[in-house]
Amino acid sequence: MPDRAQTLAKVIELIEPFNKKGVAVSESTRFAQDLEWDSLTVLDFVANVEDEFDVLISMNMQAEIETVGQLVDALQKLTS
Amino acid sequence: MSDLFSKFDPLIQQRDELLATGLTDPFNLVMEKVESPTVAICNGKRTILLGTYNYMGMTFDPDVIAAGKQALDDFGSGTTGSRVLNGTYGGHKAVEEALKDFYAMDHAMVFSTGYQANLGVISTIAGKDDYIVLDIDSHASIYDGCALGNAQIIPFRHNDIEALEKRLKRIPEGADKLVVLEGVYSMLGDVAPLKEMVAVSKANGAMVLIDEAHSMGFIGENGRGVAEAQGVIDDVDFIIGTFSKSVGTVGGFCVSNHPKFEILRLVCRPYVFTASLPPSVVATAATSIRKLMDSADKRAHLWENSKRLHAGLRQLGFELGSKEPQSAIIAVIMPDLEKGAAMWEALLNEGLYVNLARPPATPAGMTLLRCSLCALHTEEQVGEVLGMFAAAGRATGCIS
Repeated sequence: MPDRAQTLAKVIELIEPFNKKGVAVSESTRFAQDLEWDSLTVLDFVANVEDEFDVLISMNMQAEIETVGQLVDALQKLTS
Repeated sequence: MSDLFSKFDPLIQQRDELLATGLTDPFNLVMEKVESPTVAICNGKRTILLGTYNYMGMTFDPDVIAAGKQALDDFGSGTTGSRVLNGTYGGHKAVEEALKDFYAMDHAMVFSTGYQANLGVISTIAGKDDYIVLDIDSHASIYDGCALGNAQIIPFRHNDIEALEKRLKRIPEGADKLVVLEGVYSMLGDVAPLKEMVAVSKANGAMVLIDEAHSMGFIGENGRGVAEAQGVIDDVDFIIGTFSKSVGTVGGFCVSNHPKFEILRLVCRPYVFTASLPPSVVATAATSIRKLMDSADKRAHLWENSKRLHAGLRQLGFELGSKEPQSAIIAVIMPDLEKGAAMWEALLNEGLYVNLARPPATPAGMTLLRCSLCALHTEEQVGEVLGMFAAAGRATGCIS
């Protein structure tokens, strides 16, 4: 399994281009409420994450992911 | 008080604010009288219809109407039954035969609406462990079909061939895959690169389902849709279509060459657990479909209308959903909902009906004035329409 801290750092790096409000991102940051992303932003971000980690994140999985920490957990599972 | 309806409060508030400005409610228009496929009376006023999807103008075709009347007399007003019990009449088999002939395919299955056709076929063939890869701008009925079947849903960026291919390649070995595409995307009126997308899907072992709701009767040499126009119809596993656009009545269908296709009639819940279409509806549909096979002249005139409206609107300074006219849908992009609603009302006052489309139906939060042309719009009517757009656009400040 890849190093969790590394995965988190990478996710935060991928969030930045879409972090239009300049929110300080942590594990507890919520995509919808805190970053206020619309569905198209989510699609672009998820596509970047999928390409970076070479995984698929289905909409079914996305529905369960609310926070940055939960995304990191999901990626740890997908890449292990 | 908070209850189950509290989640709708933001929408209720947005709607109240919009109507408080004195605007006509764009989602509550009543057609008091319909004179033809292109003209109705709304609020007592003669109104040109430019937002009906009645692409081939079959709704008042004398042969179609005669067939419907005859079926009402011969078979009554309704079937009161499911297709698999007492709801299959001669007319239901006849319209399925007409579809098989129209598409030159082995099997056709008719549903009560186009929405149910997508819902039924997608949810039945792709279940929990299967993967559906679909364009992010897919119609609600496609998403609802995916959700009902509980399949793994993988969206990709609109019309992006590489994004589709990448996702197909990441699907776990051994999993069954369905790629769902549309021929014409109804919001912006743009066409999918089906030639490339179908090839990529087949190369990666996926079945392909294409919704050709907005192309039937119009696009392709025989009006079979974008897949025909791009030469890949033989590689498509399922085509979904509707009777509520070019065919001019209501109903939905799936055509396919899959050897086991007929089993769907027993396992597809949105097919089994609902009443079949009334005899008059299937009779009008069958007559209309057979007439659409031989409508090359109407198709050519519809293309002329589409090109003329597209060029005219561009010249007036409106921003459009596609650079070139690719279908019979021309979408005019509005800066926001307020401006869009004002423009919609100004057009109605001029005597023109178009669709006001707004999120979540539209991509990227856009507000659109969606125009759909009919083969029966005359050249003069298209000229009139452009005059109305010019006047309403200037009155609302949408163009200078």
